[in-house]
Amino acid sequence: MAGVASSSRQRSKIAPYLMILPALVYLGIFFVVPFFSLARTSLSSMGGSVYLPTLTFNWDFSNYLDAFSHYQDQIIRTFTYALVATLLCLLLAFPLAYVIAFKAGRYKNLILGLVILPFFVTFLIRTIAWKTILADDGWVVAALGSVGLLPSEGRLLSTSWAVIGGLTYNWIIFMILPLYVSLEKIDPRLIEASKDLYSTNRRSFTKVILPLSMPGVLAGSLLVFIPASGDFINADYLGSTQTTMIGNVIQKQFLVVKDYPAAAALSMVLMAIILVGVLLYTRALGTEDLV
Amino acid sequence: MTTQAMAEVGTTEPTTIKGSPKWGDLILRIVAGLVLLYLFLPIFVIVLFSFNHPQGKFNYSWQGFTLNNWAHPFKYPALTDALKLSINIAAVSTAIAVLFGTLLAIALVRQRFRGRTAVDTFLVLPLTSPEVVIGAALLTLFLDLGWATGYTTIVIAHVAFEISFIAMTVRARMRGFDWTLEDASMDLGAGPARTFFKVTLPLIVPGIIAAAMLSFALSLDDFIITYFVSGSTVTYPLYVNAAVKAAVPPQINVLATAILVISLLLLAVGTLYRRKRIDV
Repeated sequence: MAGVASSSRQRSKIAPYLMILPALVYLGIFFVVPFFSLARTSLSSMGGSVYLPTLTFNWDFSNYLDAFSHYQDQIIRTFTYALVATLLCLLLAFPLAYVIAFKAGRYKNLILGLVILPFFVTFLIRTIAWKTILADDGWVVAALGSVGLLPSEGRLLSTSWAVIGGLTYNWIIFMILPLYVSLEKIDPRLIEASKDLYSTNRRSFTKVILPLSMPGVLAGSLLVFIPASGDFINADYLGSTQTTMIGNVIQKQFLVVKDYPAAAALSMVLMAIILVGVLLYTRALGTEDLV
Repeated sequence: MTTQAMAEVGTTEPTTIKGSPKWGDLILRIVAGLVLLYLFLPIFVIVLFSFNHPQGKFNYSWQGFTLNNWAHPFKYPALTDALKLSINIAAVSTAIAVLFGTLLAIALVRQRFRGRTAVDTFLVLPLTSPEVVIGAALLTLFLDLGWATGYTTIVIAHVAFEISFIAMTVRARMRGFDWTLEDASMDLGAGPARTFFKVTLPLIVPGIIAAAMLSFALSLDDFIITYFVSGSTVTYPLYVNAAVKAAVPPQINVLATAILVISLLLLAVGTLYRRKRIDV
């Protein structure tokens, strides 16, 4: 009997490692190693002919200097757009998440389903639809023009606001869901207790609801900010040459110009800036709360 | 549909917080309703324009009503092929990722081992890296290895980002389960394998199905990473992107609407099924 017990204990010591091994090996090869390839490429020089380019790894840091000097505008624009989009997502998502969590009653699941539903349409097709909505001859431009919010000849499409609007729309779901999850966890009795203790509605909100929804706010902002700062579709479809983001440059350099070292260096810069932001955030909230 | 749902919301009380002034409550509900409407605005446009009769190459402005597009949804073989290929890639990559991700999730929830927290943190990384960087990094790997990009590299890339999503979804669903059921099974003489297949697996299957559906949807919708590692292979989102540059047939809207309706039906069936189970 003792032998059986010890052998099963032995097995359970290796078992977890056997279970995590396939996933970790896979992610090691196809998630971690690619970043080394990317780093290596970013420090290489292009040589050879246009038809047969060769990459030589020679610690060529000039790619990084070029990335900053050539694309400074795009870098600043990218993080400004992503930040504004994140704030807009928070502003729009909070009332909706709040109503679903506290006011929806038995229609909670139905409304949650409705919130998720639009995201079953391919992201690109949704963005094309915004192109139609914001078009110069569309009804939105006409309506805004007639109430004087938009000057005649004024445009929505191809402006910064169109790009920011697209970023907001495409990732707002990642703000609504974590916000809803953290609001839903709040015990309504806590809010009642604050009311019983003569708190005003505003004070109940700022002292009880808002602090308890912080994990959702932080997780949601990360889940919006990161993909928004790496996106190039919204800038491509809804913007103009004046609204290009880092993603547009990386995409073009990699797949059209094929200047791999420059594109890789710019990818590393984007990743580094985001990583610093994420580290500062996770310090405050811990990864468990992120999902 | 949405306005009706919102109107009905107003008549229910169960978890309503007491003491808020009526007008504040009303404004909040109106704002929430408007946000919901905003979420659906492009969807209305997509459905409406599936009935459009475009004159030129692009389906951007309303020209007139027709049922013609719906009568010939598969008029463009390239579009249909791209959709079929995307479904194929989503199915294959999800099958692989479900296997890896579920094993990982079970180990994380059920086992105590050294390095568990490190694995936990590591899993978040693919979700917190911008897609454009993941795509670029994979492309540099494939260039270094000298692999031609195409179907295989797309599947490889999709599995890589799906594993984390699946592991996290399954893990989240496994929290709060009554694991003493496993002990009960062992006490009643079932071996570890029998316990796994008869007790553990049935408990976690709903979580695995939810994770697989999410993974399938993510794969079907992925554009950015796929764009980098696709070579000349054309998936559904890649077809749509090429169409934006050249010509947008209304069949794109028809198929998008069809996918939406199917999702809506699945959602409705799921909700009814759940409600029925609770009632019993």
